[in-house]
Amino acid sequence: MAAVMPAPASSRLLMSGNEAVARAVWESGVKVAAAYPGTPATEMLEVISTYPDLYAEWSVNEKVSLEVAIGAAYAGSRSFCCMKHVGMNVASDALMTLTLTGVMGGLVIAVADDVGLSSSQNEQDSRYWGRFAHLPVLEPADSQEAYDMTRFGYVLSEKFQVPVILRMTTRINHVKGLVTVGEREAPGAAGFKKDPARWVMTPAGASKRIPLMFERDKALRQMAEASELNRLEAGADRRVGFIASGPAYMHVREAFPNAPVLKLGFSCPVPVEKARQLAALADQVVVVEEVEPLVEMELKAAGIEVLGKDILPRSGELSPQILKPAIARLLGEPVPETTVAPPMQVFPRPPTMCVACPHLGVYYTLSQVKNLTIAGDIGCYTLGAGHPWNALDTCISMGASMGVALGLDKGRGEADKDKRILAVIGDSTFMHMGMQGLLDIVYNKGNVTVLLLDNRAVGMTGGQNNPGNGYDIHDNEAPRIDFVKLVESLGVKTERIHKVDPYQLPVLFKTIREEVKVPEVSVIITDQPCVLTKAYHKLKPYEVAEDKCTGCGNCIEVGCPAIHVTRRGKEVKASGREVDLAFVRIESSVCTGCGLCLQPCAPKAIQHHEPVSPIKLVKAVEEVAQ
Amino acid sequence: MSANTNILVVGIGGQGVMTATEILAEAAIALGYDAKKTEVAGMAQRGGVVSSHLRFGDKVLSPQITPGTADVLLGFEAAEGLRWRHMLRPDGIALMNTARLVPPVVELGLFDYPEDPIADMRKSGTRVVAFDATTIALGLGDVRLGNTVMLGAIGDHLPFPAEVLLEGVLKRFQRKGEKVVEQNRRAFEAGRAAAKGA
Ligand SMILES: Cc1ncc(C[n+]2csc(CCOP(=O)(O)OP(=O)(O)O)c2C)c(N)n1
Repeated sequence: MAAVMPAPASSRLLMSGNEAVARAVWESGVKVAAAYPGTPATEMLEVISTYPDLYAEWSVNEKVSLEVAIGAAYAGSRSFCCMKHVGMNVASDALMTLTLTGVMGGLVIAVADDVGLSSSQNEQDSRYWGRFAHLPVLEPADSQEAYDMTRFGYVLSEKFQVPVILRMTTRINHVKGLVTVGEREAPGAAGFKKDPARWVMTPAGASKRIPLMFERDKALRQMAEASELNRLEAGADRRVGFIASGPAYMHVREAFPNAPVLKLGFSCPVPVEKARQLAALADQVVVVEEVEPLVEMELKAAGIEVLGKDILPRSGELSPQILKPAIARLLGEPVPETTVAPPMQVFPRPPTMCVACPHLGVYYTLSQVKNLTIAGDIGCYTLGAGHPWNALDTCISMGASMGVALGLDKGRGEADKDKRILAVIGDSTFMHMGMQGLLDIVYNKGNVTVLLLDNRAVGMTGGQNNPGNGYDIHDNEAPRIDFVKLVESLGVKTERIHKVDPYQLPVLFKTIREEVKVPEVSVIITDQPCVLTKAYHKLKPYEVAEDKCTGCGNCIEVGCPAIHVTRRGKEVKASGREVDLAFVRIESSVCTGCGLCLQPCAPKAIQHHEPVSPIKLVKAVEEVAQ
Repeated sequence: MSANTNILVVGIGGQGVMTATEILAEAAIALGYDAKKTEVAGMAQRGGVVSSHLRFGDKVLSPQITPGTADVLLGFEAAEGLRWRHMLRPDGIALMNTARLVPPVVELGLFDYPEDPIADMRKSGTRVVAFDATTIALGLGDVRLGNTVMLGAIGDHLPFPAEVLLEGVLKRFQRKGEKVVEQNRRAFEAGRAAAKGA
């Protein structure tokens, strides 16, 4: 993204949590920021990259991004890294030893939990990493706190030479609220100081660092106990006291304005003594946290009587409307009758592929080939599991299509002996974690046909640049990976590698049909860009000649959202079989002329749309009027 | 806390729902209110359901609107109004674009699109003002004016004068020149009139 002039200090701005963190990162004088995209964290780095005087990069995966940030922090500079919750699973190998070396320059790692799974493959609670890796966790409850805690995170990080986890959730990352911003400071880099005992983690070196980590735990706990970020708020209605963090705190304050509350901002290590103080002044204590009962279990282990997930949901988002009845039940009060009308039953609107998306051709083709088992991966192309294609059989984690496909091949039972195994993976996912899996297929002589869907962008998260499209985060030219060469050097035979235009259905069909029959690994690379990126060029739109459409419905099977049914009917075939008819039109105003729907149209009823100029329209109206 | 104004803007990904809510939020902030804006937007860019919550007042805590407490529902698509009408308070008002955007699952014959979602809303007791923002925009010379028509529609249903919102809308188009600003002014006024007329 292009650089912008940062707003002056003291401005009050409407900012998302992501924008607030980005501002704080810039103000803190961070020198290096690295990330791999992932909802809801993506905008943090996107916005950071618009600030001057720092280095920002899209890394190929979260582990690499964390390692880049670690290197910068070792060099004595402040650094930043962010990711969605599942990203930390990928980065955790580095994290778990980083905790032993610690850092020189401050390092804040922002992790965004998709509570409620608005766009993720699972729901997980990143606060565990604080416990697992012995790191402090800060939990903002709104944009202002996201800003404040990021600033504080660098102070904390440098005070204890410890990386700090900023735990966010979708309701922080994507909620916009008012933020008062401040002045930028620019701490100089201390410089890398050689110190093998500190930076080279061998068994001997690492074991000496473990006791230091325990000492740090103690010091951090003391700091958490004293921190203003963990605030005891008095309240007159002492029947129930609450302990809450993140967005849950806002819901508690909204639902129970008069209750005493321990607001946790510096939530790991848990300030047990503060919790004891709250317990002493309230009849009962309820811990309200998203999503796991982490604080609850730790307080129970410390001998403090609290309630939590025994009365509150164990997964998904909390809200005042969930909290109020739960607490009413706890107090034996009548549960507030809801006067609200129940939601109406309306058809679902699952996410669709875009008009003219190059993946449409791939999935239409896959839906027409029989006898396939298709290991899928994560990206826009995961939508191929849905209607009308139903052409994706597994999806688990990024890059998994490779290993899963090999496992499906090697583990096949008698019933599957003639099944063809395919793997479908996007360009970004391939570079993130798929390459190693392909190497494994080659090395272990797997019989898998890989479809590498190169749309030259990280489509799912908004079309970010990657090493496959030759542009860096600022849209400047960067070295561009050649997938054919890459795949070849991983050991796939040259004659088993095909580059195919996914809009050419017959070629795609023939290539897939032939390659699945070859009992060794093949890679078919599609090469048309994501329609949401600059690389895509629109073509002349199409329309349906009404008099020619026979209602066969073949075009609908392509799955393009520009095709609409105008009327339905029935036809009795010569065989006596009754078939459903669906006559269609193309919404020419959104059609970009990819030509996919043309290809299965038997009566050739789809033709270029000739737009009528407004002048002609006016004239036509005038003629009618005369 | 009941003094907060709750506005729910709904539609589908790509319609500009989130931007419209942001413009509303900025107008509220310009008047000194505290405000929070949040979306329930699964993969919004891909034609999915988008509902954008705006709450403003002296102090806003939870960003989400509790079902049954929205003051105004601004609907960019007819069936989406039906999907979200339970969010309105009993005497709240729905300002509905009559545009129908039919998703592929309906075209495939797997689900039905309601015959007349606006009538269904009314039948269920919701106070609805409906208008065709797309046609209004086309009449003014550009479909893209539809979102300004929608913002105009809510202009007289806010606890502050429509002019404050109008100013915020026009500011967004300043860079595009006087002609575009003028077009948007007319679109806003047309939306205002449409929401009054019914
Ligand atoms: C570990 C991890 N990091 C990030 C994500 C978020 N994410 C989902 S799909 C995707 C990339 C998709 O890009 P690509 O493979 O090129 O496919 P496209 O969407 O362009 O079709 C990302 C970053 C994730 N699900 N898991």
